[in-house]
Amino acid sequence: MSETAVARRLTWLTASVAGAVEETPRVRTLELDLPGWPGHRAGQHLDIRLTAEDGYQAERSYSIASAPGGGVELTIERLDDGEVSPYLVEEAREGDQFEVRGPIGGYFVWDGDEPEPVLLVAGGSGVVPLMAMARHRARIGAASPMRLVYSSRTWDDVIYREELETLGLDVVHTLTREQPPGWTGYSRRIDTELLREVALPASESPRVYVCGSTRFVDAAADGLLELGYEPGWIRTERFGATG
Amino acid sequence: MKLDGNSIGGLMLELFGDDMTTAGSICGSCGAREEMARLDVYTGAGYVVRCHSCEAVMVRIVEGRGRTWIDLSGTASLELG
Repeated sequence: MSETAVARRLTWLTASVAGAVEETPRVRTLELDLPGWPGHRAGQHLDIRLTAEDGYQAERSYSIASAPGGGVELTIERLDDGEVSPYLVEEAREGDQFEVRGPIGGYFVWDGDEPEPVLLVAGGSGVVPLMAMARHRARIGAASPMRLVYSSRTWDDVIYREELETLGLDVVHTLTREQPPGWTGYSRRIDTELLREVALPASESPRVYVCGSTRFVDAAADGLLELGYEPGWIRTERFGATG
Repeated sequence: MKLDGNSIGGLMLELFGDDMTTAGSICGSCGAREEMARLDVYTGAGYVVRCHSCEAVMVRIVEGRGRTWIDLSGTASLELG
């Protein structure tokens, strides 16, 4: 019994930065080397703990962007007044080390073994855990249809812009602040009317994953409920600007 | 700042030794049952977890000096596993 308890106990692991990719001017993906990592499910997150020389510690949660079965990649947005994200986005170099706790969460996950169609709704960097689901679906060749409705401020702020076109899912972009010349897509915040046009029909009983700021998640979830979605279909994850 | 129960998943996993985001939690005030991930979490000096239905305080967590205090008096029950 104690063996099981010990095995399930969460411990801090030491992660090393193994690589980095600039996604947008404010967003970077870090590839981690994580000895002892037990593997993860699409949608899970982990906690990072940084310790300063004087012993001061700061912890933040970050969603895992990579599909299960591969390595661990995090995609992190720089928050200007943050304590952790400016280091991770701008300063962390290959070989840098910090502590990691995870994987975390059995609620906001999609394993790809259910036949229902999947609707992903992302606000900004809320796309990160949804990207793990999209990559997982492509990787395992899941038959369930998947659609991503993705709200960004500008075209240059769209994370994973090129890769999203290659994963075999429908992607609907809306650009809320500025649109490139000739833009024919949506250009407003996600609301009931926009979802009425682009969400999967309620008659298909889709699985829904919504990730973004609290305000974004509330607007999207309320809109979907108005369209006849049942609360049990909708899983949400809110992130805050603590950076 | 208002977040949700996913945000304290790591802390709860460390404290309880199990994933708590899927734990069924019953509000001591209104009796609503929700998975912990769906509860409202307010962060500040510690964490205050409120019922998503009636906003009553269900859990308070404070960390400091290497110890953790958990006040569960607003929670009628937690269902794990």
